[in-house]
Amino acid sequence: MNIVEKILSKASGEKEVTPGQIVDAKIDYAMINEITGYLVAKYFKDVGAKKVWDKERVTIILDHTIPAPTAQAAEVHRIVRDFARDLDIPGFYDVGRGGVCHQVMVEKGYVKPGEVIVGADSHTVTYGALGAFSTGIGSTEMTSVFITGRLWFKVPKVIRIDVAGEFDRFVGAKDLFLRVAKEIGFSGATYMGLEFTGPTVKNMSVSSRLTLCNMAIEVGAKSGIVEPDEKTVEYVKSRTSDPFTPLNGDSDAEYDRTLNINVDGLPSQIACPGAVDNVKPVSELGDVELDQIYIGSCTNGRIEDLQAAADILRGRQVNPRTRLVVVPASQEIFIDAMNKGLIQTFAEAGAAIATASCGACYGGHLGVLAAGETCLSTTNRNFIGRMGDPKAKVYLGSPTVAAASALTGRITDPNTLR
Amino acid sequence: MKVEAKALKYGDNINTDIIIPGKYLVIMDEEELGRHAMEGIDPVFSGKSRDGIVLVVGDNFGSGSSREQAPIALKNANVKCIVAKSFARIFYRNAINLGLPVLECSDLWSEVIEGDILTVSLEDGLIENGRIRRTFKAQPLPPFILDIIQSGGLLNKLKQSLK
Ligand code: SF4
Repeated sequence: MNIVEKILSKASGEKEVTPGQIVDAKIDYAMINEITGYLVAKYFKDVGAKKVWDKERVTIILDHTIPAPTAQAAEVHRIVRDFARDLDIPGFYDVGRGGVCHQVMVEKGYVKPGEVIVGADSHTVTYGALGAFSTGIGSTEMTSVFITGRLWFKVPKVIRIDVAGEFDRFVGAKDLFLRVAKEIGFSGATYMGLEFTGPTVKNMSVSSRLTLCNMAIEVGAKSGIVEPDEKTVEYVKSRTSDPFTPLNGDSDAEYDRTLNINVDGLPSQIACPGAVDNVKPVSELGDVELDQIYIGSCTNGRIEDLQAAADILRGRQVNPRTRLVVVPASQEIFIDAMNKGLIQTFAEAGAAIATASCGACYGGHLGVLAAGETCLSTTNRNFIGRMGDPKAKVYLGSPTVAAASALTGRITDPNTLR
Repeated sequence: MKVEAKALKYGDNINTDIIIPGKYLVIMDEEELGRHAMEGIDPVFSGKSRDGIVLVVGDNFGSGSSREQAPIALKNANVKCIVAKSFARIFYRNAINLGLPVLECSDLWSEVIEGDILTVSLEDGLIENGRIRRTFKAQPLPPFILDIIQSGGLLNKLKQSLK
């Protein structure tokens, strides 16, 4: 069995599972945010439930609309806050305490190798970076999980993505994923799992692996996963004292297919507006003028990303023709960035810096785009209308390309900066 | 369980940001969500769907976010059934859990024009287009999924089990 099958077999108590089989699995953690959570709160009451199956295994994280930009959003917060208080949930993260739900799940130690985690948000796939099976579900199913602690899954086929080679300076996990997306296509892994493996993935930091798995949903995948190693174990141990048992695939594990990628000489990659698989090397884009650059989100809003961007921006100025918005993915990252002087670097360069949240990633607030505007964003989706007006254009790229582009006001390969 | 209604037809890759844009996610009134359904592709959709429709769409319908506001909006816009060439995973599960019938059929799409009367039989996955007098076969739903839809959604089933 491969790692996904191993985890699902353990969680469902089946000795062996195979793709296509439907299993009833025990859930280790369940997460909601305010957007999906207010529906869970409502449904929970509607069905007459009184308590969750295990309040230690539930987290409630406000992130999409924080601090509340409208009275309506504040009302949503109130409902979710009351729900968390009524149920006496210790894992409740209010405005200013957490940040983007997926980053909070990882850095507060809720994610552990070998476990099954569901979140009412599609980017729950992120946690596979720590060797967990994790996937996004809707609010109705989440209500059921909150009550029963179980959920059915169809065991997915898994595509193995074997990565070799060394990244050039300024190139990394984001570029690798966009390259993979170009290969697989935006719906090419629907109902399937993606397992990232090979020497390049082994060498990657936990932060980079999170970026990689975060985007698995963008090609339709049910989960993205990296087998746990020493780095994983060390990271998780630094975040929680709870015991855990990492699981790995067998040496004769079966896969749907294997995709081999070599990153030697891979240039920075950009997903052009409208679809994540509309990917080109940065040099082939021509002259794309930018109205806004956005650095943040559960994809590329971690300290490693902010550091890479700040290293390029330090001592220079955001081009007057454009604007730069920086949103750290969590409160912890914000504090870390402050201590490392990165917030000061951004501010002195002329960037707008916002509190940890989803911000403009989904077109909510803190940097929404007007009709006809063009943005280069380090986020994960460039659907029409994703970051604001349907007539705005969103290009996706890495934090280093974002920083270089902020200096010139057009999409820029950091290698060409003087 | 049979559904009979006029068809409305759209193309491939209609994602959740098209079905219900992010700015509407804090709307708690389900009927109002329904009025914004499919706004990203057709601003007058809810007017056209008012009397009940079968939504016929292409590949990868509902990709993107896990927002249940997407199937809720469609349900409240009076969509009775969705027949897609294929669905994205989370949307598919969400629709079923809300009791909104979803069928996958690759042959129907090219044989439908807006306004055709379609008769969908959920038990056996047969879809009849009266205008051309042809019947198409969709993948029938597994019994436990049909059971959720016939109960009017997962919440009704949960309610029964908590009694
Ligand atoms: S940062 Fe963006 S992609 Fe991540 S959870 Fe928030 S809205 Fe979703």
